[in-house]
Amino acid sequence: MSTPVAPARPARLSLALRDSSTMLRRNLLHARRYPSLTLNLLLTPIVLLLLFVYVFGDVMSAGIGGGGADRSEYIAYLVPGILLMTIGGTLVGTAVSVSMDMTEGIIARFRTMAIHRGSVLVGHVISSVVQSVISVTLVGAVGVAVGFRSTDATVWEWIAAFGLLALFALAFTWIAVGMGMVSPSAEAASNNALPLVFLPLISSAFVPVDAMPGWFQPIAQYQPFTPAIETLRGLLLGTEIGDNWWITVVWCLGLATLGYRWSKAVFNRDPK
Amino acid sequence: MPSSVMPMPRRSDGPQSPAAVSTVGLRKSYGDKTVLDGIDLHIPPGSVFALLGPNGAGKTTAVKILSTLITADGGQAQVAGHDVATSPDGVRAAIGVTGQFSAVDGLITGEENMLLMADLHHLSKSQGRQVAAELLERFDLTDAAKKPASTYSGGMKRRLDIAMTLVGRPRIIFLDEPTTGLDPRSRHNMWQIIRALVSDGVTVFLTTQYLEEADELADRIAVLNDGRIVAEGTADELKRLIPGGHVRLRFTDPTAYQRAACALREVTRDDEALALQIPSDGSPRELRSILDRLDSAGIEADELTMHTPDLDDVFFALTGGTDQPKEAVR
Repeated sequence: MSTPVAPARPARLSLALRDSSTMLRRNLLHARRYPSLTLNLLLTPIVLLLLFVYVFGDVMSAGIGGGGADRSEYIAYLVPGILLMTIGGTLVGTAVSVSMDMTEGIIARFRTMAIHRGSVLVGHVISSVVQSVISVTLVGAVGVAVGFRSTDATVWEWIAAFGLLALFALAFTWIAVGMGMVSPSAEAASNNALPLVFLPLISSAFVPVDAMPGWFQPIAQYQPFTPAIETLRGLLLGTEIGDNWWITVVWCLGLATLGYRWSKAVFNRDPK
Repeated sequence: MPSSVMPMPRRSDGPQSPAAVSTVGLRKSYGDKTVLDGIDLHIPPGSVFALLGPNGAGKTTAVKILSTLITADGGQAQVAGHDVATSPDGVRAAIGVTGQFSAVDGLITGEENMLLMADLHHLSKSQGRQVAAELLERFDLTDAAKKPASTYSGGMKRRLDIAMTLVGRPRIIFLDEPTTGLDPRSRHNMWQIIRALVSDGVTVFLTTQYLEEADELADRIAVLNDGRIVAEGTADELKRLIPGGHVRLRFTDPTAYQRAACALREVTRDDEALALQIPSDGSPRELRSILDRLDSAGIEADELTMHTPDLDDVFFALTGGTDQPKEAVR
């Protein structure tokens, strides 16, 4: 035969792992080379944190815990919500960078290579989750700097808190990747991802749900951010978690599955 | 005049060798617009094949289908012995694609782009570095290796693009309009690169809108128009189909002009410019015979220019009478 024999293809799983980690390195390299996008997205939660603590803090703290709470109690109330909001902000960056990437010729090249097909998306997702965790850590540090302290959280509760944040980031990242894939431009992606920034504003992040108008309470109560915020509060501050933990897990698994299938279907579609 | 490039000596696979690329009745449409309307191709391994056509003829669509980027609506296509529809990964393992719009990652450096390709082809770290360094050197990109690819010029991006394609040592390379948008120097540079690929025994599937380019590089040329192949053959075979190549002689002396018009047969006269057009394939022999006839009649022309057929001529010749009845009447 005139044609050289192709090298034996490694098993599917190891191929998937290897290609995904190559793609992850590529995406992390992008994030490291061009950190301004990620850092800009950190500004919103940090500014909101400072605004609500130092400007509205006295008014806001009067509204929680049956009134008469001081500012440090409001900081404790606020920080878990701000941390989840940070994830929401990072997701806008994910949607934008996915949509920009999809218009690049390099993606067409990847599609014509014998690589694990999902690795392009997996690289984006894991890199985005890593960025979310870093962002949450940075914003959390600001929270600690302005006076946030966990009350009596055990090591396990801290681990569970991190696990919750990572799971939440993973689930929403798949949704953000789908949003980025269907957006023809960076502007469109940033608009499409706006709900991810809005949802925390209508959650229990800033004020308790029972302080909201009655007709609105069910929306605020059961949208994914509120149960996640309440679970995080419970883990770090010892408040009542109740049903919130499993509602959060169900939301995360549902959204992750939906986002994964959606992104995959869009990616497998013929490009224009 | 650039004569057609003779194919370099290649491995002889014998008449039984399977085609590198073959298609039967390949079809694709977007909505009600038919882009490919039944394409049949048979490209032997180790050859350069050019798909020649104007913008919108369907060239890029053909490359996209054959490189498994998009799926065809009908017909069959085999690349490197694998069916594009049922065994896309088999096709992908054998091919390299350099598209019209550069497929480089602009956010990272040229070297990082090369190492990315090495990783995706599962080369070891040291192997990857070696291959990357060699190819960067070969394509004159070593100095720019540490700069982001987005800062490269058009020609450099295209070179990086091809270098990335070569990391996987593909047996079949698709080059979709590899010189579109390049300046003349970069274009000639690219031609040399393509010729070097061919001497390595790679099959090259090239699309272009320049007849000259197909002529320079390809063993066989298919002319694509409106989703159909309207002619196929070697450059010389196609040129014979094409009227429009001619020698133009200009005179300042009206008497000399009149006498030349009588001495030469088959001329088209342009009395106002005192110029004569003689159909010609541009070969030295024909040129000599024209000059000989002028000599023996004792006439000297003031200016001689050669006109070779261009793509317009090809299309008037090949598509005239069907799609463009007006232009066909000439």
